[in-house]
Amino acid sequence: MRAEAASGAQQREGWDVVVSPDRPWWRIDVRELWQYRDLLLLLVRRDLLAVYKQTLLGPAWQILQPLLTSIMFAVVFGIMARMSLPGIPPLLFYMSAVVPWGFFNGVVTRTSQTLVWNAALMTKVYFPRLVAPLATTLSTGFNFLVQVAAFLLFAVFYAATGRFAWGIGAEAVLLPVLVLLLVLLAFGIGLLVAALSTRYRDLSFLIGFAMQLLMYISPVIFPLSRVEEGSALRLLLELNPITPLIEGFRAAFFGLPMEWGSLAYTAGVAAVVLAIGLMLFQRVERSFADVV
Amino acid sequence: MERLVIQAEDVRKCYRLGVIGRDALLDEAAALWGRFRGRADVRKQLDLASGEQRVGDWFWSLRGVSFELRQGEVLGILGRNGAGKSTLLKLLSRISLPTSGTIRMRGKVSSLLEVGTGFHPELTGRENIFLNGAILGMRKAEIERKLDQIIAFSGIEHHLDSPIKRYSSGMKVRLGFSVAAHLDPEILIVDEVLAVGDAEFQRKCLGSMREVADGGRTILFVSHNMVSVQSLCSRVLWLEKGMVRQEGPTEEVVRDYLNTYTHQHSHQEWEPDQGPGTDEVRLLAVRAVSGHAGGAFTTDEPVRVEIELENDAIRDADLDIRLQVRTGNDAIAFSSDLSASAPATLWNPGRCKVACIIPAHLLNSNTYRFHIVFFRHGKVLFKAEDVLSFDVHEGAREGSTFRKMPGAVRPNLQWVR
Repeated sequence: MRAEAASGAQQREGWDVVVSPDRPWWRIDVRELWQYRDLLLLLVRRDLLAVYKQTLLGPAWQILQPLLTSIMFAVVFGIMARMSLPGIPPLLFYMSAVVPWGFFNGVVTRTSQTLVWNAALMTKVYFPRLVAPLATTLSTGFNFLVQVAAFLLFAVFYAATGRFAWGIGAEAVLLPVLVLLLVLLAFGIGLLVAALSTRYRDLSFLIGFAMQLLMYISPVIFPLSRVEEGSALRLLLELNPITPLIEGFRAAFFGLPMEWGSLAYTAGVAAVVLAIGLMLFQRVERSFADVV
Repeated sequence: MERLVIQAEDVRKCYRLGVIGRDALLDEAAALWGRFRGRADVRKQLDLASGEQRVGDWFWSLRGVSFELRQGEVLGILGRNGAGKSTLLKLLSRISLPTSGTIRMRGKVSSLLEVGTGFHPELTGRENIFLNGAILGMRKAEIERKLDQIIAFSGIEHHLDSPIKRYSSGMKVRLGFSVAAHLDPEILIVDEVLAVGDAEFQRKCLGSMREVADGGRTILFVSHNMVSVQSLCSRVLWLEKGMVRQEGPTEEVVRDYLNTYTHQHSHQEWEPDQGPGTDEVRLLAVRAVSGHAGGAFTTDEPVRVEIELENDAIRDADLDIRLQVRTGNDAIAFSSDLSASAPATLWNPGRCKVACIIPAHLLNSNTYRFHIVFFRHGKVLFKAEDVLSFDVHEGAREGSTFRKMPGAVRPNLQWVR
């Protein structure tokens, strides 16, 4: 056996697949991910198709969900508690934050569950594990785009009926950048939680509460300008990397001034979180099939 | 010599036993601290000399497995439960990584540990073909090209556009295997669990695997089923307690494997006047003959039990022989008397031969022990205990399920509805 192995030494080069424990976990095999792009797209398709089969309203839920939440917020916080900004219809004010927040929440939650949800798949067949969270993120992203379109339709309707002097500003050009930052941050946090929760399932219960808490210390319900400068709440809000994004979306949609410094802070946090998330995910992914 | 396509070098794999909880967290922290201080991780130290698979809380499922496979070879992997077959399969399929050692492979590798992996119940058969194909590593264009063949192979054209939650389990298996059969890998890694479905479809599956093998592709086949191993594999690797016990040509390894694990004595002979019995009649030989050339006993083949006796004193017809079949735990499975089916005739003096045929599909996959009881004048003359004992193996599988059927026997009963 040994001698034979030695004689085959000249053939040893050019292996296509090498299974060994020494695979570097900090390197992402982009080439391999690219080879699996069809799987990625089919998984996205599956997510989009499967969820709404056997519902009466189907994809309309994508728009109804944030709309109903926005109406609720508009009535409770906007009209009754007068927390929204003057000059902007409360419904639009809340929708402009509920839609990106819903996207953020969706990506974090679903990414954090991908390993556990796809356990049946991952213990039976190999594919680059990153494909699964990427697919859920893309399908959540697709729904987000539909919701943004719906929001814009509402805004146009409000403006056309003369109830709102809409001045969408030059800041709107930044929307893709805001979306990208949002996705990177959410994906990073999701991967981090996914990696840790394979070992300690408690985290998957905690994440729901954590996301709720995070929403209350972000300017979804009230604008940042309504919070007194220098107060503890203001500090918390400013430390929250989502705050600049939510404020940014409002600024882009309603033509308000953009806070560049705070956006840079968010970008920095997103980069660090994503790097750590990717590393931990790759580290855990290798032993995942043994633990689950 | 064909080129090397798989090379496994000293592959080891250890698992943590028990539940993961606070202790695991503390352990992990301790290990990390140890590594930080430059100490080797205790749990990764394997005492090969002691031969123990279990080291503290760690279980070594594979303890240094090496083998090589050349293009076009069909390698069977044999071993009892817990021998490390499934672990090896998981490593080869890249589902988990070895603790140490390396496996290298050349060419497109497809591994099938299950049929219909990733099927979504709400999607239609057609949508699932694409999903399942992509999960198994096919490109979309490739699936589109083979779609008609896949559909034809599955034989479920009419249900293709209904969601597969309305499929029977048999139909799902058909659809899953049809996709798998069109993978066109250079190396195919298969678990025997795949050979499911009704008998006709099973033949189709094994047939298509043989086609793959004949096409010069390399196959690694994990199985308990001696019959399919013998018919498919050119070489066999026998795993025992996480190590390679024997490797070689199929006939040789299967024979040794059966001899080791089945404790079988399917054959006994005695010198004249030495066998169990009385002065009137004695046993000379008892043997069980299988319908298989290889000699293994399987549930789907009849077993012929031949009894040879020397008759010294009986000249009338009054001698009955009873075959009593017991299971491994000594419960009587069934008995059968010679007088029940053979007409009573006068016994000839000297050497006499009788045989009892146990039909196919009566014995279960089980260990059986055979007793023979002789009766004269309606009373027990003598009893020969444990004259034979052997294991019956699972034959070609029937029905769509892969389940061990409980019971001392497993007759093929008829169901109507």
